[in-house]
Amino acid sequence: MSLRGKDLLSLREMSQEDMELVLSTARSLKEILSRPIKKVPTLRGKVVCNLFYEPSTRTKMSFELAARYMSADPVSFAKETSAMKKGETLADTARNLEAMGVDLVVMRHNVSGSCHFLAKVLDIPVVNAGDGMNEHPTQALLDIFTILDYKSRIRGLKVAIIGDVLHSRVARSNIFGLTKMGAEISVAGPSTLLPPEIEKLGVKAYTRPEEAIEGADVVYVLRLQLERQSKSLFPSQREYSNFFGINRHKLSYAKEDAIVMHPGPMNRGVEITTDIADSPRSVILDQVTSGVAVRMAILYHILGGRD
Amino acid sequence: MQFIDKAEIMDVDGIRRALVRIAHEIVEKNKGLEDVVLVGIRRRGVPLARRLAEILKKSEDVDVPVGELDITLYRDDLTLRFEQPHVGSTVLPFDVAGKKVVLVDDVLYTGRTVRAALDAIIDLGRPACIQLAVLVDRGHREIPIRADYVGKNVPTSRKEVINVRLKEYDSIDQVVISEEAQG
Repeated sequence: MSLRGKDLLSLREMSQEDMELVLSTARSLKEILSRPIKKVPTLRGKVVCNLFYEPSTRTKMSFELAARYMSADPVSFAKETSAMKKGETLADTARNLEAMGVDLVVMRHNVSGSCHFLAKVLDIPVVNAGDGMNEHPTQALLDIFTILDYKSRIRGLKVAIIGDVLHSRVARSNIFGLTKMGAEISVAGPSTLLPPEIEKLGVKAYTRPEEAIEGADVVYVLRLQLERQSKSLFPSQREYSNFFGINRHKLSYAKEDAIVMHPGPMNRGVEITTDIADSPRSVILDQVTSGVAVRMAILYHILGGRD
Repeated sequence: MQFIDKAEIMDVDGIRRALVRIAHEIVEKNKGLEDVVLVGIRRRGVPLARRLAEILKKSEDVDVPVGELDITLYRDDLTLRFEQPHVGSTVLPFDVAGKKVVLVDDVLYTGRTVRAALDAIIDLGRPACIQLAVLVDRGHREIPIRADYVGKNVPTSRKEVINVRLKEYDSIDQVVISEEAQG
């Protein structure tokens, strides 16, 4: 069992064993984040390239810090200031980075499947940091890590995922990862924002959020992805908020000790009210901290071995 | 690869006596136990550090703090080893700054583990000094490192392996020399 030199493209393809390996390593590495000197020399001399074709705060910073804390050198690429503007293709850009000695590419792209494409083009490992509406595997791993922090187990937990499931790669990765580890998942959203045949992924689908939240241990609120919506799939943000926004009343259907999660960035007052986002039940900032530890573990396992 | 035990070089009493002597030497060298902390290197350094703390409690009536150090992230052979080592956790229930840190390990061989442990400790703060206690020194150093306290010096060949077995992990207290089985 080893992730050395391999790509990390999706949780659909990742084995439960490999997921658990990453999670247990992240558990050990998290301690480094609370040290006065947040650096270990493990990945000295390795170069990690962040290839981001879509905006990102958390994921990009989190990979960059994870690389730095492990003593790898991160380099970043921003679409706006690159030769992409002159028409260079993705494959050519990536091959050039590889030719310059980059050891691993972390990519976010607006096209589903682009990371799988890149992995075929490159010899070096590729980590998917979000590809279109497909998957965001490292986000789901950090979410699972955070749930384990609070609930100490995944098997048998009831997780409700609420909102724009159709456009959400975070939801898809979490559904694959959490079901593999034995959680029961229910999803709820406007019928226009629920993928047809979603129940084939082994989840229960509802159009009333209260039904999905009933008895939940975890309430996972998805961001309303306004930028991915070409046609009007719901009447107004206000109406969405009334029916699907997570507020105190809707949360009262969950278990008393249920935690509230959100992948960020939040549209406060739309999919989640500010009082819930800032309440003690919200673990949204813990997710962000866990993200750095989980990405350190991923870099360690992929880069930290013999070629 | 199969290894067969060639000779027992320490038994349960041998290990106990060696640790009692090391404990006394620690008190002597540091003129007491003020600011002294014990840090066991995972895995077998940890139970040895705990045993030293127990001996010091009995003889000096002082509770010496014990920490656990995992050095996986500091190894210089990470890219040479075929298996990816499991990352254990480092648990130091004290701040190392200003402390007299006694690193504890079972066997001193090439010195590379200790080199890694020194880096790991220094990343956590600036101790007043760092000393090294080992149960067995088997020679063959590859870097200039020596131990301050040694349970037993054992001349070995590089083909041989020193196995330290401790009750905490192996259900027996014993140090043996073993060698690769022939044929």
